[in-house]
Amino acid sequence: MDGGGDVGLRAEDVSWAVGGRMIVDGVSVEPRTGDTVGLLGPNGSGKSTLLRLLAGVRPASSGVVRLDGDPLGALGRRAVARRVAVVEQHSATQVDMTVLDVVRLGRIPHRRAWSARSAEDDEAVRDAIGYTRLEDRVGQSWHTLSGGERQRVQIARALAQRPRELLLDEPTNHLDVRHQLDLLALIARAPVTSVVALHDLNLAAMFCDHLVVLGNGRVVAAGTPAQVVTEKLIADVYGVRAVVTPDGPDDRPSVRFLPTGG
Amino acid sequence: MTGIGTRGTAAVWTGGLALLALSTAATITIGPAGIAVGDVWAVVASRFGGAASGLTPIREGIVWDLRLPRTLLAAVCGAGLGVCGAVMQSLLRNPLADPFVLGVSSGASTGAVLVVVLGVGGGAVSLSAGAFLGALCSFALVLLLGYASGGTTDRVILAGVASMQLFSALTSFVVISSADAEQTRGVLFWLLGSLSGASWGDVGLGAAALAAVLLVCAFTTTALDAFAFGSDAASSLGVDVARVRLLLLTATALLTAALVSVAGAIGFVGLVLPHAARAVVGSGHRRLLPTTALVGALFLVWVDTAARTVMDPQEIPVGVATSLIGVPAFVVILYRGRRMS
Repeated sequence: MDGGGDVGLRAEDVSWAVGGRMIVDGVSVEPRTGDTVGLLGPNGSGKSTLLRLLAGVRPASSGVVRLDGDPLGALGRRAVARRVAVVEQHSATQVDMTVLDVVRLGRIPHRRAWSARSAEDDEAVRDAIGYTRLEDRVGQSWHTLSGGERQRVQIARALAQRPRELLLDEPTNHLDVRHQLDLLALIARAPVTSVVALHDLNLAAMFCDHLVVLGNGRVVAAGTPAQVVTEKLIADVYGVRAVVTPDGPDDRPSVRFLPTGG
Repeated sequence: MTGIGTRGTAAVWTGGLALLALSTAATITIGPAGIAVGDVWAVVASRFGGAASGLTPIREGIVWDLRLPRTLLAAVCGAGLGVCGAVMQSLLRNPLADPFVLGVSSGASTGAVLVVVLGVGGGAVSLSAGAFLGALCSFALVLLLGYASGGTTDRVILAGVASMQLFSALTSFVVISSADAEQTRGVLFWLLGSLSGASWGDVGLGAAALAAVLLVCAFTTTALDAFAFGSDAASSLGVDVARVRLLLLTATALLTAALVSVAGAIGFVGLVLPHAARAVVGSGHRRLLPTTALVGALFLVWVDTAARTVMDPQEIPVGVATSLIGVPAFVVILYRGRRMS
């Protein structure tokens, strides 16, 4: 977790509490530039909240999130949004928009009020659409897209922001296996530093360079997939028995769960 | 944000403005006095330093003191309510939101009945001033309740509903317990919205408020676009959500309060016309807000003309006329909303 000094997005001992309950409790994260970092942990372990703190959408109760050394709070929302893009777990709108309209939202942080779209805006949008292979969908209505397509469009919107850091909250939720693999491959090869909250340990081991495991708002393990995804950790964090073998791609860990209580 | 391109939008605006100017002149001629479009131009020209209109003082008065301010006030109210409705719908992410959703009209009605029925202010406060103050009280209560309970969109809407209920109940209580038949009729007529008392002062007030809000909107159109996927998404797109939301809620509430205080609560304009405008130019606010203003102005100019002429000499409150047209449109929106979700 060497952030290379003051470069990139890093959380330093951040906490966030609501109603006296610590949701995130003294977490530090320093993704290495260009890495895809997987955020693991059971439901309610604080993954989504940590991502919101990293995005600056919520201010940390204590600790600080820094972007190239500057606290997020001192940078202003626009400056942060030009660097850090967010894809939420579930995106919904009542507005009737096309795919192109949604991707163009990503240019908002780069535009001044009442200014027209620039050539750079159009180029960023075109690149993002090309990267996510949505060329033949640009005119389609958002409301007619499947869940997997919507997530792809949101990733295109995030990339249109031309971020250097991309934060994703369980982007593969509710997607079929094919879409999960496609989407994570897309994220892993994107030229950005990504932090992805995930539930599926096999997918995390397969696509992430580095894993951080949260339990009750604290970091309980961090390291490469081989260091983190172990039978002992799965038993400790999830309370589930599993067999872990180095059978994944590039000898990465592969998890086979065993029935509980049996 | 689907819809026609930039050139199409320019055509819609140019055509809309021309149509509005024509409609203003045309509707002034409609009515029992039998005035021609040429007479309208002559009167306007003479007031701006041209030759005398050649009309009798009474006919000139009908054009300049009655019909012209009334038509212009209709245009201002239609534009203002339309814009407020569009902003509320985007900001609260609710296609069924309208300018009155934060209790402004209910507060205004309470203020109005306090002045008219109970004589609060001892004659020093006009009905309009009472309505305006009432509207501000109601909006302040909504902000207080909404922000004290967390400031999320849902909380603000719920606070609006609570405030609306409270002030409606207060209005009813005052009317039932104290008003005589004549007062009740007058208050009811005002509550339903009426442009019959339009003066140049009302036009000036409304137009100034409208201009100020359009200016605020000009600087927040991209921020409003960013709210499409919710306030967290808007925040991650670089929008200072708390500041933009408070600014726009306050601006639209003040405009709505000003319009309600001069013309009563004219319903459905702010609910339905933003949807009509979206169907024409798409949901990007840079095009949507000016288009909504134009469509709203045109709509209310003609509906008010219908309201004062179809049952002549009896006048229908314009709010009743807009609702008679608005309710079927509302049903269509509900139906489409159900299909979409």
